[in-house]
Amino acid sequence: MDTLHALGDGFLVALSFQNLALAALGCFLGTIIGALPGLGPSNGVAILIPLAFSLGLPATPALILLTSVYYGAMYGGRISSILINIPGDEPAMMTCLDGYPMAQAGKAGEALAISGIASFVGAFFATWGLVFLAPQLVKVALLFGPAEYFALFALAFATIGGVAARNQIKAAFATGIGLLIAMVGVDLQTGVARFSFNNIHLYDGIDFLVAIVGLFALSEVFVFLEHRAGGGVDATKVPLGRSMPSAKMLGHVTPAVTRGTIVGFLAGVLPGAGASLGSFLAYMLEKKVSGRKGTFGAGDPRGVAAPEAGNNAAAGGALVPMLALGVPGSGTTAVLLSLLLALNITPGPLLFQKHPDVVWGLIAALFIANIMLLALNLPLVKIFVRVLQVPSRYLMPTVAMVSFVGIYGISGSSFDLLVMVGFGIMGWLFRKMDIPLVPVILGVLLGKLMETNLRRELTISDGNWGALLDSPLSIAIWTCAILGFVLPLFIGRFIRPAAVNNEALDSD
Amino acid sequence: MKITDRILGVIALGIAAFFIWRATLIEEPFISDPVGPRVFPIIICVLVGLTGLGLILKPDPEPQWPALATLLEIGAGTAVFVAYAELLPLLGFVIATVFAAGYLAWRLGATLPKAALAGLAISLGIFVVFHLALGLNLARGPLGF
Repeated sequence: MDTLHALGDGFLVALSFQNLALAALGCFLGTIIGALPGLGPSNGVAILIPLAFSLGLPATPALILLTSVYYGAMYGGRISSILINIPGDEPAMMTCLDGYPMAQAGKAGEALAISGIASFVGAFFATWGLVFLAPQLVKVALLFGPAEYFALFALAFATIGGVAARNQIKAAFATGIGLLIAMVGVDLQTGVARFSFNNIHLYDGIDFLVAIVGLFALSEVFVFLEHRAGGGVDATKVPLGRSMPSAKMLGHVTPAVTRGTIVGFLAGVLPGAGASLGSFLAYMLEKKVSGRKGTFGAGDPRGVAAPEAGNNAAAGGALVPMLALGVPGSGTTAVLLSLLLALNITPGPLLFQKHPDVVWGLIAALFIANIMLLALNLPLVKIFVRVLQVPSRYLMPTVAMVSFVGIYGISGSSFDLLVMVGFGIMGWLFRKMDIPLVPVILGVLLGKLMETNLRRELTISDGNWGALLDSPLSIAIWTCAILGFVLPLFIGRFIRPAAVNNEALDSD
Repeated sequence: MKITDRILGVIALGIAAFFIWRATLIEEPFISDPVGPRVFPIIICVLVGLTGLGLILKPDPEPQWPALATLLEIGAGTAVFVAYAELLPLLGFVIATVFAAGYLAWRLGATLPKAALAGLAISLGIFVVFHLALGLNLARGPLGF
C-alpha cells in the first residue's frame, strides 16, 4: 500500500492554501478555455505555460495550475457543444451529436448536468487509474537503458503519426521538421554549434515554448483572421429546463458512462490517441451497444454521457505515459511536458523517485480539482454560458497579446517574438495542408533527448549500432512502433472518424 | 491538380539536401563519442527527404487555399506582428499593444472606434493584471510602461 501512502502525502501537499487556490483558478480558467470555441486545452495550456514560468511558480504549483486547466477544458467543451452546436474544443465534438438535439427539445439543463456528472465519473476513475497504473509503468521503465529509451521515443512518434494522423507521410514529415528544429544550437555532448548560421540567438537553440505558443496559439489567431470570424454567440436565451436529472435517468446512463470511462482511459494511455479519439471511440461503442433503436443523434442522453466520460477519462489516462515515461501521447500532454522540461524536471521514472512530492501532489490536486469542477459545472454553469457571449473579435486579440507577453517574459528578446510569429505562420500553413502539428511539437521537445540516448548507447557499445536491438525489451518496443505506424494504414478507417481531422489531434 | 503537396515534397527534398550539406560542415571536435554531432541530424534529413519523395508520389487532394484578398489579410497580420515584435522595446508595452490589439479587433470585424477602445482595454487590462498584480516584466518603453 505504498501507493496509497504516497497519495496521502500528496494530499498534504495539495491541501496547502496556495495550491488549492491555484487549482480553483485553473478549474475556472480551464472551463472557460474549453467552452470558448477557438481556445482548446492545448492552446490554452500553451499560452499559460510561459506565464507560469515567467512568474517563477515552483514545479508543483505550476503543474497543479496547468493540469487543472487541462481537466477543466475537458469539462468546458461540452457547454458550447450542447447549447450552440459548436464544440468548444475538439474533444467535445461528439457531444454535439446528441447534446444539441436535447437542448432543442428544451432539455439543455439536463444534458449539461448528465454530461457534467459523466465528466466527473470519467475523470475520477481515470485519476485512480493513474494512481495505480503509473507506478507499475515506472517499475518497467526502471529497466530501460538508453537503447530502450531511444526505441520508446520512436514508438511515440510512430504511433502519434500512425494512429492519429490521416496521412502518415505528412505526420512523418512533421516529425522530421520538429526533430530538425531541435538540432539547432550547441551540441550538448561536444559543444560544437549546429545549424546556427553564426546567429548568436540560435546558439542556444530554439526555445520549445516559443515553438509551442507560435504553433498552437498564434496560428489559431491566423485562422480567425482568415475566416474573418469575429462574432460571438448568445447562448443565454437557450432555455435550460430542469437542471438535475432524475435518479431514473442517472440509472439509465450509468452503463454508458462506465463503458465510456473504460474506453476513454485506454485510449488516453495509448500513445498517439488523445481525448478526441477517446470521446469518439466511447460514442461509437455506445451507439453500437445500445443505439439500435435509432435514438442516437436525436437527443439520446447516453450519447451525451458516453463521449463526455470518454474524453475526461482519456485526459487522465494520457497523463500516465507522460508522467511515468516522459513520453506524451497527445498534444496537451506534450505541452504539459514542455512545462516540466522548462522547469528542468525530467519526467519519467526518476521523477517518481526524486520528486515524489511533485507527482503525488499533482495527482492529489487532480482529485480535488475534479470535485471543484463538478461544483463549477453543475450549479454554476450559467456563468460560463455568459462567457460565451464575448465576441471573438475581442477574445482573439487578447489571446494573441497574452501569447506575446508570455514569450517576452521568458527572455525579453524581440528575436524570440519574431521566431514565434514565424511558427504561427508555419502552423497556419501546416493546418491548411493538413499536416499535424503535434508531431512537430513532439520532435522539438524530444529531439535532443532522443539523440542523447542514441549516442549514449553507442558510446557504451563502442559504436556498434546492433546494440540498439540487443535486448528483448527494445525489440518489443521497436515492434510496437512499427506496428503502430503500419497497422493504421490498413485498419485506420475503422478506428478513425471521418470528420475528426488532424485539428482534432492538435487540440487535445 | 494536386500541386500543393508536390511543391511541399520538393521543398522537403530541398530542406533535406540543404541540411545534410550544412551537417557535413559541422566541425568534428577532437574528442567525440563514436556517433558525433553530425550523424543524427543526417538521419533526420534522410527521413525528411523520404517523406518529400512520398509527398511527390502520393499527394493529397488540393487544400482549399483562400482567395488573394484573404492571403493579403494573413500577410498584413504577419506584418503587424513583426512590427509589434520590433517596436515593443522602443514604444513600451502599453502603447505598442494598443495598436496591435486594436488592429486585430478591427480586422476581425469591430468598427474603428470600438476597435480603438478594445485595443486600449486589452492593453491596459493585461498591464494591470500581469504587471501590476502579478509582477511580470513587460517591455518598458521610454515612458516606463
